Amino acid sequence: MTSPTRVVTLRIDDREVSAREDETILQVARDNEIFIPTLCCLEGLSTWGACRLCLVEVSGSNKLLAACATRVAQDLEVKTNTPRILAYRRTILELLFSERNHVCSVCVANGECELQNLAQRCGVDHIRVSYRYPELSLDLSNDLFRLDPNRCILCTRCVRVCDEIEGAHTWDVMGRGIDCQVITDLKAPWGESKSCTSCGKCVHVCPTGALSQRGTAIAEVHHHRDFLPYLTQMRGERD
Amino acid sequence: MPSDELVALKTKAEQRNRANRICVCTAASCQSVGADRVHKAFEAEVNKSQREEQVEVRAVGCMGLCSAGPLVRIENDETAVLYRNVTEQDASALAQSIGRAPVERLICPTDVPFFTRQHKIVLANCGQIHPERIEDYVAVGGYEALYRAITEMTPGEVLADVKASGLRGRGGAGYPTGLKWQTVAKSPDPVKYVVCNADEGDPGAFMDRSVLESDPHRVLEGMAIAAYAVGANLGYVYVRAEYPLAISRLRLAIRQAKAANLLGQNVAGTRFEFSVDIRLGAGAFVCGEETALLLSIEGRRGQPRPRPPYPAERGLFGRATLINNVETYANIATIVDRGGASYASIGTERSKGTKVFALAGQVKNTGLIEVPMGISLREIVEDMGGGVPAGGRIKAVQTGGPSGGCIPNEHLDMPVDYDSLQQVGSIMGSGGMIVMDESSNMVEVARYFMEFSMSESCGKCVPCRVGTYQMHQILSRMLSGCAGPGDLSMLEELTRAVGETSLCGLGQSAPNPIKSTLRYYRSEYEEALRKSRPSMPLAEEGVR
Amino acid sequence: MTSATTAGLTQRPRLATVWLDGCSGCHMSLLDLDARLFELVSLCDVVYGPLVDTKRVPEEIDLTLVEGAVSSDHDWHLVIELRARSKLLVAFGDCAVTGNVPSMRNVVPLSAIYQRVFPAAAAIGGDCPTVGVPRLLDRVLPVHQVVSVDLFLPGCPPAAEAIYQVLLDVLAQRAPEPLKLTRFGA
Repeated sequence: MTSPTRVVTLRIDDREVSAREDETILQVARDNEIFIPTLCCLEGLSTWGACRLCLVEVSGSNKLLAACATRVAQDLEVKTNTPRILAYRRTILELLFSERNHVCSVCVANGECELQNLAQRCGVDHIRVSYRYPELSLDLSNDLFRLDPNRCILCTRCVRVCDEIEGAHTWDVMGRGIDCQVITDLKAPWGESKSCTSCGKCVHVCPTGALSQRGTAIAEVHHHRDFLPYLTQMRGERD
Repeated sequence: MPSDELVALKTKAEQRNRANRICVCTAASCQSVGADRVHKAFEAEVNKSQREEQVEVRAVGCMGLCSAGPLVRIENDETAVLYRNVTEQDASALAQSIGRAPVERLICPTDVPFFTRQHKIVLANCGQIHPERIEDYVAVGGYEALYRAITEMTPGEVLADVKASGLRGRGGAGYPTGLKWQTVAKSPDPVKYVVCNADEGDPGAFMDRSVLESDPHRVLEGMAIAAYAVGANLGYVYVRAEYPLAISRLRLAIRQAKAANLLGQNVAGTRFEFSVDIRLGAGAFVCGEETALLLSIEGRRGQPRPRPPYPAERGLFGRATLINNVETYANIATIVDRGGASYASIGTERSKGTKVFALAGQVKNTGLIEVPMGISLREIVEDMGGGVPAGGRIKAVQTGGPSGGCIPNEHLDMPVDYDSLQQVGSIMGSGGMIVMDESSNMVEVARYFMEFSMSESCGKCVPCRVGTYQMHQILSRMLSGCAGPGDLSMLEELTRAVGETSLCGLGQSAPNPIKSTLRYYRSEYEEALRKSRPSMPLAEEGVR
Repeated sequence: MTSATTAGLTQRPRLATVWLDGCSGCHMSLLDLDARLFELVSLCDVVYGPLVDTKRVPEEIDLTLVEGAVSSDHDWHLVIELRARSKLLVAFGDCAVTGNVPSMRNVVPLSAIYQRVFPAAAAIGGDCPTVGVPRLLDRVLPVHQVVSVDLFLPGCPPAAEAIYQVLLDVLAQRAPEPLKLTRFGA
């Protein structure tokens, strides 16, 4: 049942754009340099739809839709920057900052953190809700990498890259609600994980300082994201 | 022309029939106050008097008035007397009363609104038949609708009946059932599934449990008819593991139906094939959300995913899937039996049929009721429920559990239907109905539900995971007198944000208890805020 | 920015600064204005804070820069007093805005911190001092959780350039845009 993919035209923030019908609103917005913030989404990984930062208003729907999980359609009217959306983005970012102990000034990812960047870009200059201050300990058992759950935002990029790209499925999420945590194997220390291949993909996709190379100090983390689209593309061609 | 299978089962039931029956409720609520012992006492009594040929002691399902349990009904073909709060010691006197005057002191009057205002479809057999005997179900007409559907009707005709019935999803959201079925029926997917959501989790709700415990075959029959209508051959019932009695009865029912050739291959000698399997939920409320439920059946972590695609398009194992709630399926046999139009004559313009409610809280009569849609809330809580036990005023009625809201006394005259409930800021929900009297603090009520939503959040999306925590924090601060001046506006902002940005229905509806109590009892929030004095959080002196 | 930030200041605005629980890095960054400090004092009077020798909080202040988080009863009372006497109050730097490094103690019970700091520090006798020192709060708070804040200037510390721009804007009664110049952890 393969019919040729059609091209549709739609409007994003009153700009006419064209797109393939199998593209998401987010992809089309990015192609056209229209800013939509994301944290869980990463090109090359499956859609997760959980950070809710990419919510947009779409004509014909009274609900806000996740741009990463919504396909374009002919004549769709998309708004990415209404006051309502801008306010919700700020609230969601504030919730993330309140959830764990994000101390930017002493973070290994200071200056390379997507959460920090989005706060600045979306106008979060303070956190109105109270901070939780959870007590979380670092996993330093791995010789090459470390996990600092204080900085984790549960975007599950590490879980997905490990499962979908590396095929190891070392990472997964444990617990429920506010107690969720990413864990290696069945919460074995990372260094003792039998499934981890030490490939480091998780570290490079981490948007914050939750996963980092050992030996890096404050503001020394550098993420190499370019491997992911490259790998996906090369593997796609092989099929 | 009834099928051989059904005739054989009917004969079996008739052979068991006795002139007199002592029906003892053995659903979970009565069991919790000793119904099993009462049942045994009656058996011993009948055995002792050697009247097994005249008297049957029958374990039946829920009779509804749980607050008066254990309930026992002594009946013959002409009369029936209901007894309340029966103990083992009463068994002898009650058994001896058969054929004589009833035991006055234990009589539970049935000519009261609690019973007379009910309209039983889903609960028709509850408290009547033995839930562990398929022949009892068949004896009251069970599986005839399925047989008729697969032998005399096309799937399209079954679908048309369900559409004409106007039935809407009884799990809470009220999506038109016929439309959902049609979508799955139209799917070109060669493999389709029928799933029954029995992961009832709202605090105070026990409708699905009672139906599964009291009349499991009705649900299986509804699922089988659905499978025929949409073209599925395999179904799953997803039951929460906290319902052991419901699970064992459902298991037994599936075995019996298979043995009677009413499930499995070549159902009742036709070419229709349908098997049902059970999957147990491990106690996560979120697995009542359909996409999470399906993932859980697949053996994965139960977490919602963005929709579309809806399960009707891509559901269980990526296949077109029909998913309905227990009560929805329990309506189907009757709809096929009597025709969609007949069913549609019950209820209101946009809410057809009946609804089962679990009536709980500050009312005299608590238990399970089935009422026609459109009945007024006041009739339910004051007439049927009998009002507040101590005679006080009803302050509010909570419907829809953690996704619903509180309806204040001044709206008690509203009709109970999907749209009216939504208009006043609540939802139909799955059927929990909690009555509150003037002693209830509405900020406390809101916090109770928020605590539930917070601890049951799956943690996948940010607004629900952290937002419910933060809303709970603010409510707790208000109640402990240390809220700050900005807390109320922040709370309101969070209710909007969490409601509009959460991934699934549970997160989206989690702020509803706050929204509705803010709407009707704002002064209680303001009062809590007025009493609040943010105090300096000094550490203990000289901690060493 | 809020309308409060552009509310009328007095003819010759009076500037206060205060150093609560922080490293004084924000004040250092303020001093990094170097020559531009002269420009600043030509626009306002510095009436209170670590940079001037005033013992009491003046009655009337136009603008207060609060560096540091609120960690003790002393911080708590002082920031409330400053708020009451200031037309505008700025959370100055990450500690004031977010709690930052001082708030890292919030995940550890205070008793454990005392245990670690005092008995281990033999030079001061190994005792936890209780006389003549402020009492700690059991939780370090960002300033806005104690008093209302008109403007947030994040950064650890905010760069001199950011401080300069924001102060110029405020003194000229323009709406400042701190996030164009600085951010958390900057």
